[in-house]
Amino acid sequence: MLSEYCFETDVHRELREQARRFAAAEIAPHAHQWDEEEEFPRELYQRFAEVGLLGLGYPEELGGGGGDLGHGYVAAEEIVLAGKSVGTCVGLGGHSIALPPIVKLGTEEQKRRFVVPAVAGEKISALAITEPGAGSDVAGISTRAVRGGQHYVVNGAKTFITSGCRADFVVTAVRTGGERHGGISLLVIERDTPGFSVSKKLHKTGWWASDTAELAFEDCRVPVANLIGEEHAGFRAIMINFVAERLMIAAQCVAIAELAYRESKSWARERQAFGKPLTGFQVIRHKLADMATRLAAGRALTGECLSRHLAGEDVMAVAAMAKNCATDMCSWVCDQAVQIHGGQGYMRETVVERLYRDARLYPIGGGTREIMNEIIAKAERY
Amino acid sequence: MKVMVCLKQVPHQDARLDVAADGSWIQEDNIKFEINSYDTYALEEALRAKDAGEAEVVVVSIGPDRVTQALRTALGMGADRAVHVKDPEADASDSLGKAKILAAIAKQEEPDVIYCGLMADDGNFSAIPPMLAELAGMPSATGVISSEASDTSITVRRELEGGCREVVELPRPCLLAIQTGANQVRYASLKGIMQAKKKPVDVKTAADLGVGEQVGAGAAKVKINKIYIPPKSDQAELLEGSTDEIVTQLVGKIRELGVL
Ligand SMILES: Cc1cc2nc3c(=O)[nH]c(=O)nc-3n(C[C@H](O)[C@H](O)[C@H](O)COP(=O)(O)OP(=O)(O)OC[C@H]3O[C@@H](n4cnc5c(N)ncnc54)[C@H](O)[C@@H]3O)c2cc1C
Repeated sequence: MLSEYCFETDVHRELREQARRFAAAEIAPHAHQWDEEEEFPRELYQRFAEVGLLGLGYPEELGGGGGDLGHGYVAAEEIVLAGKSVGTCVGLGGHSIALPPIVKLGTEEQKRRFVVPAVAGEKISALAITEPGAGSDVAGISTRAVRGGQHYVVNGAKTFITSGCRADFVVTAVRTGGERHGGISLLVIERDTPGFSVSKKLHKTGWWASDTAELAFEDCRVPVANLIGEEHAGFRAIMINFVAERLMIAAQCVAIAELAYRESKSWARERQAFGKPLTGFQVIRHKLADMATRLAAGRALTGECLSRHLAGEDVMAVAAMAKNCATDMCSWVCDQAVQIHGGQGYMRETVVERLYRDARLYPIGGGTREIMNEIIAKAERY
Repeated sequence: MKVMVCLKQVPHQDARLDVAADGSWIQEDNIKFEINSYDTYALEEALRAKDAGEAEVVVVSIGPDRVTQALRTALGMGADRAVHVKDPEADASDSLGKAKILAAIAKQEEPDVIYCGLMADDGNFSAIPPMLAELAGMPSATGVISSEASDTSITVRRELEGGCREVVELPRPCLLAIQTGANQVRYASLKGIMQAKKKPVDVKTAADLGVGEQVGAGAAKVKINKIYIPPKSDQAELLEGSTDEIVTQLVGKIRELGVL
């Protein structure tokens, strides 16, 4: 079966084994509890860094573990497969959307202050773009930052922010200039800045172990030294990481679907009905075969897109396709998985019940299915 | 100081096991393998000895091509070099034959300490560590849960029945068979995994080690006749009723069997 990506080498396989061992020992035993508590222990970030998994894909001079996106994605897949907690996985991986703008555009000083401690698992980072009034329409954000001397004074609100409740710093999109794309900048806003507060911890359909917050900024004074890249050039800074983020989402969907498939396969072999295991019924066997087939297709497109991206190709539209293909596949596979589990599939504590809920986020987060289709349509010049 | 770690690669704990058609062993094609869990603790104990001082860690394994992966894992975790005995005759040996091969390596390497896992997850024999210690002329301790080296000796804690512990001091060189859970086994980082690709793996046959005549299926004193999955028995009886009724019935059954 296609349980690996096309780009994998012995090194990826070995890394998978290490990540699997870590997740099986240190995440899986708590997966259900952390989901119910809507939080995993903060110390896990440090542990994740210590064992060399958090820093994958970051340069060694920033304390990272080296490697590329492919290494990060296979490790993340094993964390999902063996750890069985999507919420924990996305919480631990939250830095992968917050840090890249600083790594790519930040000053040495900013990298030392923010990237190094986050890669070491000592600080939690978040990326805040979405607002109550602007989600898909990123250029429509209205959180204002007005410069006066050596500070920006920030007013506004952000919502649906992953790790926002616990983040030590939030890479925040603010409006420093005029309307739309050209007036946006990225500011790092630290937790203890007066005027910054977590207004609400949000309760969600899935992803429970990962906290999601609504944030408020009231006359929040942020030093100019926390501006990432150039003033008014924030939209481009946000865009830099879109392909990596969408491919990461596609890879997470592949991992979740793989787990739902594995759980279903073993359930179908064990569960007896009418005197035989469920796999004794052709309908169930074919359901499993269809799940395996769509999963293989989702993995193939995600893997090909990532290989091309790593080779330097512009894959903006293909990454949008990979995201849509993998997210839809994942939702469908998880739905089938619940069906195969019957009533048990609808019960909390059953892994596929959790996955079914976790899967629902993916066609929304990181750019909705509709926005992905707009990107594809634009590239195809319909 | 030099330490030697004996590693066995066993079927992955998640692998689906089927009996081979000829009933001689399990079907090994298309299943994943991993390092025997006991051996990972042995490796960790050895790597801690290295962290504490100046030890060279040599990992040794007997098995077909696939064993390279187990050795690379160990090298990725921090071992310095590996010896791979790749020889179908070695694979066909019984525990004593394999112990002879390992003893031949120990003779060449002259380690101060040999670390083994207490047993293997697949065969559950626990035979090789004491055999190897005997053949190598070393004292040994089994069921070790911690070890501390001084200049000339090593002091270990052994796990006994009923939660008891025993402290034993062994002169070096010696062999320790490590219990699972003795320590927290480290993870290889990506950097470690990359570096492992450049570390030396010495491939040998039993003949290279001068024990070709003494090993193999022909020399084996223990032969596996048959591997099988025990048939499911229908002898279970479900007791029904309230808790009190079930307990009364259960006590009756135990009496019937003459246990009470
Ligand atoms: C669990 C979770 C975690 C998140 N984490 C973060 C985070 O860490 N940081 C962050 O900044 N954001 C985060 N988000 C926000 C996420 O990125 C947005 O929810 C997403 O971009 C959609 O924006 P919206 O919710 O405002 O929906 P809207 O933009 O209001 O969209 C509503 C519907 O209209 C459709 N639509 C909108 N515009 C168009 C169009 N042009 N053409 C066709 N259809 C359109 C959408 O596809 C969707 O179906 C998170 C969201 C969730 C649920």
